[in-house]
Amino acid sequence: MTATVESAPYTVEEVCEHFDPVMGLEVHVELNTATKMFCGCANRFGAEPNTNVCPVCLGLPGSLPRVNGTAVESAIKIGLALNCQVRERSGFARKNYFYPDMPKNFQISQYEDPIVFDGHLDVPLDDGSTWRVEIERAHMEEDTGKSLHIGGATGRIHGADHSLLDYNRSGVPLIEIVTKPIIGAGVRAPEVARAYVTALRDVLRGLGVSDVRMDQGSMRCDANVSLMPKGTSTFGTRTETKNVNSLRSVERAVRYEMGRHAGVLLSGGSIRQETRHFDEQSGTTSPGRPKETFADYRFFPEPDLPPLEPSRDWVETLRAGLPERPWERRARIQTEWGLSDEELRDLVNADALDLVADTVDAGAPPESARSWWVSYLTQQANAAGVTLPELAITPAQVARVVALVAEGTLTNKLARQVVDGVLAGEGEPDDVVAGRGLAVVSDESALTAAVDEALAAQPDIAEKIRAGKTKAAGAIVGAVMKATRGQADAARVQELVLERCR
Amino acid sequence: MNELIDLDAAELARRIHGREVSSVEVTRAHLERIDAVDGPAESGVHAFLHVDAEGALAAAEAADRAIADGTAASALAGVPIALKDNLTTTDMPTTCASRILEGWRPPYDATVVTRLRAAGLVPLGKTNLDEFAMGSSTENSAFGPSRNPWDLTRIPGGSGGGSSSAVAAGEAPLALGSDTGGSIRQPGAVTGTVGVKPTYGTVSRYGLVAFSSSLDQIGPCARSVLDAALLHEVIGGHDRNDQTSVSAPLPPVVEAALAGARGDLAGVRIGVVTEFSGEGYQPGVLAAFTDAVRALGELGAEVVEVSCPSFAYALPAYYLIAPSEASSNLARFDAMRYGLRVGDDGEHASDEVMSLTREAGFGAEVKRRIMIGTHALSAGSYDALYGKAQKARTLIVRDFTAAFETCDVLISPTTPTTAFPIGERADDPLAMYLADLCTIPSNLAGNAALSVPCGRSADDGLPVGLQVMAPALADDRAYRVAAAYEAAQGATTPRIPELRALEASR
Repeated sequence: MTATVESAPYTVEEVCEHFDPVMGLEVHVELNTATKMFCGCANRFGAEPNTNVCPVCLGLPGSLPRVNGTAVESAIKIGLALNCQVRERSGFARKNYFYPDMPKNFQISQYEDPIVFDGHLDVPLDDGSTWRVEIERAHMEEDTGKSLHIGGATGRIHGADHSLLDYNRSGVPLIEIVTKPIIGAGVRAPEVARAYVTALRDVLRGLGVSDVRMDQGSMRCDANVSLMPKGTSTFGTRTETKNVNSLRSVERAVRYEMGRHAGVLLSGGSIRQETRHFDEQSGTTSPGRPKETFADYRFFPEPDLPPLEPSRDWVETLRAGLPERPWERRARIQTEWGLSDEELRDLVNADALDLVADTVDAGAPPESARSWWVSYLTQQANAAGVTLPELAITPAQVARVVALVAEGTLTNKLARQVVDGVLAGEGEPDDVVAGRGLAVVSDESALTAAVDEALAAQPDIAEKIRAGKTKAAGAIVGAVMKATRGQADAARVQELVLERCR
Repeated sequence: MNELIDLDAAELARRIHGREVSSVEVTRAHLERIDAVDGPAESGVHAFLHVDAEGALAAAEAADRAIADGTAASALAGVPIALKDNLTTTDMPTTCASRILEGWRPPYDATVVTRLRAAGLVPLGKTNLDEFAMGSSTENSAFGPSRNPWDLTRIPGGSGGGSSSAVAAGEAPLALGSDTGGSIRQPGAVTGTVGVKPTYGTVSRYGLVAFSSSLDQIGPCARSVLDAALLHEVIGGHDRNDQTSVSAPLPPVVEAALAGARGDLAGVRIGVVTEFSGEGYQPGVLAAFTDAVRALGELGAEVVEVSCPSFAYALPAYYLIAPSEASSNLARFDAMRYGLRVGDDGEHASDEVMSLTREAGFGAEVKRRIMIGTHALSAGSYDALYGKAQKARTLIVRDFTAAFETCDVLISPTTPTTAFPIGERADDPLAMYLADLCTIPSNLAGNAALSVPCGRSADDGLPVGLQVMAPALADDRAYRVAAAYEAAQGATTPRIPELRALEASR
């Protein structure tokens, strides 16, 4: 059977002639804590299946959960960064449903009293304006294991021959961040959705609480979309689109669903409340497994865990330690360093902003720091097939190289050799300078001796220079540079040659 | 009958540590007693689901060596003990008396088991229970009921009837039980043994297969108050693997048991819960209880009547809260990772295998409670059932708080009747539930409570239990009163039934 791909006959502009879109975005973020939410197993992506497991995250009979304090701290930090209130007393709840990759057949989550609630995020849009997205809540929960369905055409459970289960992900700490309905964005709804998830990703990255890799599933977005006829204020029936695995897909999925809803509604049909599956390839959505019965998760307070009561002092300490918001920091840096929009964008895209900033903090002038990272070091990273942050050189080391050039110890050419040495594991820049003997020969008597030697070796050229043909000095300079293995300042050598021939 | 099996744990420990007898000899005596009276399953005491003679003797040898080296791990080192089969053990199966877990070998020890081993006690085996601890008679065990050593046609109580009957029959001097609504105390009462439900959170639940997490509490079963206290101190105390475990120091229960045994209760104010008498209470039980009240007065205690009107809601509240939590706790038994698997024939999808397995693996009472609990937590019923039950629970806590403002401890019969005949209530769940009428309030409130033998009922000659309830973290008060009462009773004869018929049938 071939899947029927519903076309999206309406553009967002056409949709918005008739309807106002309403969105709700639910973002799941895997925290990058060392251990899982309720046990001491390693929280690591990509290990051999079923190796990071124990009685607790396998839900074995008799095992009990134990809350990871770092995960609670991360949740509070996220809440504070999203301008949320922190609940003085919050609790865990059990969400009950059967699924093979969920070992207890309930998920420990939060229900009526999430740890943080009622916040907002001011999201920068492409045109430089800002859109305020209201945050309903953010709560903690544990991730499920992973099912791998074998034998089916689609990799989904339908039609599969058998399934494999990997519980390494079971119990990984998750934060689910839920927006309030986003109303009034009109034709910009898809852009707002993308911009919100982008801004959220940047905030979380700035907090250092998650890897926020949509491609690896450490950040996942479910997009709820509905349409209400223009001039009304009653929400239409919504659909929830899952499997949205990139920032671009967030925008595409919302755009597609808006168009599809409009197509159905304008032809007199009605939208079925359902979960839909986004297909990256075609940019369309298709129905997930229909929920024939109303899902009743039978939430009730988790009796194995006492309530969480973060002290006010702790919360205030965390608030005081919050980093600057990424886009505010970028704006500040752009002004301070005098960067053009394009230069800033290049830095951000190359993942170099933090590196340059740290290099500047280590004492380098912004222009030199930027230049090193975006040109020579980027070339080296590309050649080695690694990202800039993965290069084996630290901002402090780059700053030291810059300083060595500024004080005249190194020429730019020598500086690149020093950087090569650091990348090759030869130690700190000063170690490389010493080890390779790379410092500029600034000893005047040694230089003078080298010049005299070169002039003596080529008496005919010396004669030409003495006769006023100063251009001939180039050959002598070249010989001196060769003799000093490039470690002399060529301009100074030129001066010396002319002096000695005067 | 070897006289070693008639001795208290404290006396056994004294002799073992004094090198009058070895732990191996004591262990062997108990293994022989098990051999003599526990089987066959159809007619013996049937306290044990699994006996690990080899492991027990190895542990006993280790204890003897340590004692010889002067490195005994604790005062109870070398003393045998039986474990309720809902505690995880790496060297023995853990079945919860359910087909769905038949043969399961846990990869980890429960915290209490770890502590017993560290203290040098000698685990003999795993004892029978109502399936997943749901019941008051052990008749809900998938492997057949245990029998009351005082009358083999009668129930030994439940759910911990295996542990109580093992201790009563001299098969083990000590045992561990778990008490969710009375599963240590009611079996203690009907078998003439001591059963203690410590304050909630003072003994780690890590490794206790959960029935109802907010009510479950592991505790000691013994033949004397002091023995129970000694065991209590081995298993109790904070455990970081159980976040409901309290960090407060364990009350001085051994000290209290020793103090109580001196027989002076002057200055102690004891409240008799007036709600726990009248219709439904066996006259012989009430008579024994009245005698106990008089005895306590003679020991110097001031005995007053106390009303706890909300206790009337305890039973219905319990039968909503416990099944609700159980419906969630037992969801994990789905054939995917361990235990029974039915229907895995390539024809059935995973959800069908789950259903077939649960259909085949759970007994009727477990299914009944899963259904009740699932219903009570459902969207349309939550407020009216689970929510209302939690409100009743709050009222019960308030009644206790008020009563403990004027009384140091509260007392009642442990259970309204003596041991009833096997089969009598098997088809009448409501009659069965009444066995826990007096014990449930302390589970709902989380306070300490114990049952101490209270003579025999005049109408049938069977053991009666006196329940002593104390405020949370004041377990020592209950121990003191119980020990004083026990001492005043004097030695009861016989301590252990002869069970000659069983021995003869071997």
